Amino acid sequence: MDTMIATEGLTKVFGAKTVVDSVTLQVNRGEVLGFLGPNGAGKSTTMKMITGYLRPTAGRSAICGQDVLDNPIEAKRHLGYLPEGAPLYPDMSPRGFLMFIAAIRGLRGAEKAKRVDQAIAMTQLAEVLAQPIETLSKGFKRRVGLAQALLHDPDVLILDEPTDGLDPNQKHEVRKLIHDIAPTKAIIISTHILEEVEAVCSRAVVIAQGRVIADDTPAGLIARSPRHGAVTLTVAAARAEAVKNALGSITGVGAVQQGKANGKGVLLTAFAKDGADVATAIAERAAAEHWPISNLHTERGDLDSVFRSLTNPTARKAA
Amino acid sequence: MGNVPTIFRREFAGYFATPVAFIFIIIFLALAGSFTFYLGYFIERGNADLQTFFLFHPWLYLLLIPAVSMRLWAEERKQGTIELFLTLPISIAEAVVGKFLAAWAFVSLALALTFPMWITVNLLGEPDNGVIAAGYIGSLLMAGAYLAIGSCLSALTKNQVIAFVLTITVCFLFTAGGSSVVLGLVQGWAPEVVVNAVQSLSFMTHFQNISKGVIYVPDAIFFAAVILSWLVANILIVDLKKAD
Repeated sequence: MDTMIATEGLTKVFGAKTVVDSVTLQVNRGEVLGFLGPNGAGKSTTMKMITGYLRPTAGRSAICGQDVLDNPIEAKRHLGYLPEGAPLYPDMSPRGFLMFIAAIRGLRGAEKAKRVDQAIAMTQLAEVLAQPIETLSKGFKRRVGLAQALLHDPDVLILDEPTDGLDPNQKHEVRKLIHDIAPTKAIIISTHILEEVEAVCSRAVVIAQGRVIADDTPAGLIARSPRHGAVTLTVAAARAEAVKNALGSITGVGAVQQGKANGKGVLLTAFAKDGADVATAIAERAAAEHWPISNLHTERGDLDSVFRSLTNPTARKAA
Repeated sequence: MGNVPTIFRREFAGYFATPVAFIFIIIFLALAGSFTFYLGYFIERGNADLQTFFLFHPWLYLLLIPAVSMRLWAEERKQGTIELFLTLPISIAEAVVGKFLAAWAFVSLALALTFPMWITVNLLGEPDNGVIAAGYIGSLLMAGAYLAIGSCLSALTKNQVIAFVLTITVCFLFTAGGSSVVLGLVQGWAPEVVVNAVQSLSFMTHFQNISKGVIYVPDAIFFAAVILSWLVANILIVDLKKAD
């Protein structure tokens, strides 16, 4: 596989504070890496160093094999970058702005017009092309920023919160766009929207206090949730106690948690020990003993609780 | 330097995207005219030349050029666009030169629009047009020097007001380097070499030499050197401070 983005020990120290601490990452063609972390974890600072905008205190970064400090112009040719907050020139129109970016990217004549039109179509900017950027809504501004990053069909895309400020439809469109272009590119997106990671990323890197604390597939991260593989069933209140005891005796089942009673019965959740598959055993037992259950399903676990337990030590127990 | 024309075009067009350009040009022309007629007694002198017109250019620039240069880098910083701009495949030198040339071209346009003055003296008498051409060239060089100072100082801050005040202050020292106000600050304690050096940095002296009609090579080189050194400083400051 082609390694398109490679960083080695990226570190940034501001005064006495280490904002990014020895981040080493490799992103291959076809990968969409979701960069996760609480606010202030060092996501944006890391991205600024990967792009070569910020000089790291230590470590290096290369895009398509070109070191961003030694060969900045070569490296940046391969890069499409949406900086934090999608900064744009407020007095320009989206078309004027994209034509400027295209010219800087070395595009000329018919090719330039074609690429600008493609970027406009991909990000659905047609209706606001002639309006000054400062008069656009947040969603349109973000899309102008995206169009600018995609314009030259770069090998590497680094997008700092690409869907921030977009409505659910626009978010869906942008995720679809990222998904469609992903096979030929290496993409890093930062986000704090966890569902986005599940929706578009093939890999999730969690960063907290400047350090990488997890590097896994989204499914792998979810599997770390204590609820992952747990079985929840709704049982008639009369037999709740008996079923609860029976659940506890099944091999592979750890704790059994009793939830609130509702109109249909009582919710019981049987947690799996060490990732054991308990669903089949529970289903068979339920059938054999004719448990009065109205619902039985396997929990996926959620990224939310994994994220909180990874990035916030005090939440670890609660999760 | 292949991207300089592209950056130049965007920057130059940028002046006309807002009313700033028109306001600047109108005020520049109004002040240039009134200085010449009211402070310079252009009519009363009865000479067919533009000496009194050029006489006030250093002061005119001192007031107006910091207003043009203050936004060059401070605004990019404030808007955050500097991050977008400098992650494009351009060198910092191209960015600095492109912006500087656009600002210089804009001020040149304002200066060129003073052509009615030139027509007026030609209608009223028979001026030495060579002297007038030299005056324009000197004025242009001096404007470039003020702009280079302003561009460099604009890169120090994201606050345009700070950039404006800093630029006026530094430009004043360069304008009045030969006057007793500035020389008084160094005379008495500094060795004579320093006093002479400060005096020789005066824009006023060099500009007056040129506008008398003879473009002395040393005076032209002086302005070119001032422009060049401030632009080099500008490049270094942008590189070192870009992410602050």
